[in-house]
Amino acid sequence: MHAIEKILAAKAGVDSVKSGEIVNCDIDVAGINDLYLQTVRSFYEMKGTKVFNPDKIIMFFDHYAPCATVMQADNHKHFRQFCAEQGIKKLMDINAGVCHQVMADIGWSYPGEIIIITDSHTTTHGAFGAFSTGVGATDLATIMITGKLWFMVPEIIRINLTGKLPQGVYAKDVILKIIGDLGADYAVYKAVEFAGPVLKELSISERMCICNMTTEMGAKACYIQPDEITKEFLKEKVTAKYKIYETDADFKYAEDLTYDVSNFEPQVAVPFSVDNVFDLSKYAGTKLNQAYLGSCTGGRTEDIAIAANILKGKQVHKDIRMILVPASRGVLAECIAKGYIQTLLEAGVTLTATGCAACLGIHQGLLAEGESCISSTNRNFPGRMGHKKGQIYLASPASVAASALHGVISDPRTEL
Amino acid sequence: MNNIAQGRAFVFGKNIDTDQIYPGCFVELTDVEDVRKHAMAGVDEDFVKKFKVGDIIVAGTNFGCGSSREHAAITLKGVGVGAVIAESFGRIFFRNAINLGVPVITCKGITAFVKAGDRVLVNIETGEIKNETTGNTAHAVPMSPYIMNILQSGGIKPMIKAQQEAKINAVL
Ligand code: SF4
Repeated sequence: MHAIEKILAAKAGVDSVKSGEIVNCDIDVAGINDLYLQTVRSFYEMKGTKVFNPDKIIMFFDHYAPCATVMQADNHKHFRQFCAEQGIKKLMDINAGVCHQVMADIGWSYPGEIIIITDSHTTTHGAFGAFSTGVGATDLATIMITGKLWFMVPEIIRINLTGKLPQGVYAKDVILKIIGDLGADYAVYKAVEFAGPVLKELSISERMCICNMTTEMGAKACYIQPDEITKEFLKEKVTAKYKIYETDADFKYAEDLTYDVSNFEPQVAVPFSVDNVFDLSKYAGTKLNQAYLGSCTGGRTEDIAIAANILKGKQVHKDIRMILVPASRGVLAECIAKGYIQTLLEAGVTLTATGCAACLGIHQGLLAEGESCISSTNRNFPGRMGHKKGQIYLASPASVAASALHGVISDPRTEL
Repeated sequence: MNNIAQGRAFVFGKNIDTDQIYPGCFVELTDVEDVRKHAMAGVDEDFVKKFKVGDIIVAGTNFGCGSSREHAAITLKGVGVGAVIAESFGRIFFRNAINLGVPVITCKGITAFVKAGDRVLVNIETGEIKNETTGNTAHAVPMSPYIMNILQSGGIKPMIKAQQEAKINAVL
């Protein structure tokens, strides 16, 4: 069996599972984000009275934080009431940040768990060797009542990364390149594992970026076998005893692909789909109105450090606005301590509150009709960051910073 | 739930994401009556005007990819879609639709088989599809019994609700 299958089997209380089978599993973490008041409604519609275990439920105020409209504030108000009534203590309020980063900061993501959040990028926690996936409100309400959820055991694709990453090419470029190559629907219903020697060079931050974006190839879950890097990251944060599952040597993958990253270049996903990917050089010189650094994909300390490094002592181009959204309070605090925020403010960057911000076009940096933005986020669908005719170019944090410097899409390698 | 859906086909391309099914700017709305007004607004702003209860959506691969917002399934249920037949579905949308009792049917090659405006009849359980306009037939993936059970209960809500009520009654 694969490690993912072993997790599912253990949580379903059975000895073995196989792909295609439907299993009903105990859930370790059930997270709700603030877009989903429907979860609470569904809970009551299904005659829920008390949640199965308030300690396993986490409420995240990230998409609306802090609220820009009265209706958003009203949704938060209802959530706060619900948490108080149900004894849910893990209410991550508007000062906390994007759910996936908060989970990592606090040490709530670790190997062997099943983590379910009402957010499509929940694949992120595969970076810690958990089985994690996103669901809708009614599924989450089902967990709140029963503590369980059904899953179809997925087929698993392995992607081996070999070679050595060139300077100026990052995890974000790797995953964009692969999504461009395989397509937005390549892994629908399936899980994707990343393996190979390059993993040893990738930090938790970069692994999270890769796992996060497998959602954009349709994957149900992502998985990276926990190793020393994982254990080192978790050492200070996780007090619970966790179990690391290993894949059996004779496991048969649905597909087994290999990418040599040695010749990879900085990438860009151009409007309007995430699999519309090219070498960034092809689009170099494209005029921009905004550069956006943030989100659960590209708003971590390492990402901000890269940008600060490029922009140190320089000025953002006068024709462009650069928006910085640290993914979480933890990230913001660390970046302040390390001086990155100061550096970026001096370079003319606009700092906004932690959270999802303009990543999904709700507030804090929307695009007007016809405007263009280079962004370290994960989606460039029509309307994702404001106007339907706003153009979003997805790229690495380094490419975002280099482009902010010049006001046009720019190759970061000349700035390093 | 009736196992047969029958209606006019509204045909869409591939990778129709949830922002196109239900634009992000309306996610604050929660009342079905409001949510239904914006169905498919990201691709076709007049969709709701043209669509009749029981009509069928046909799409390419990865229909409903993108965010986990249940609004996408709620809005289609709200307009009374008879069934959604696609080459494949985004998995969260697929789950959301099943949970709400909206039949989602995976059928390879469906976009070559049905044109906009054709009349389509589909057996949700067996996956048999008839294009009544052309007379052609096709076979979709049959529904797994587990999922069929949820659909026949009208979605997961009535199912869990019945279980909860039974539990509450047992205590009383
Ligand atoms: S930062 Fe963007 S992608 Fe991440 S959870 Fe928030 S809205 Fe979704």
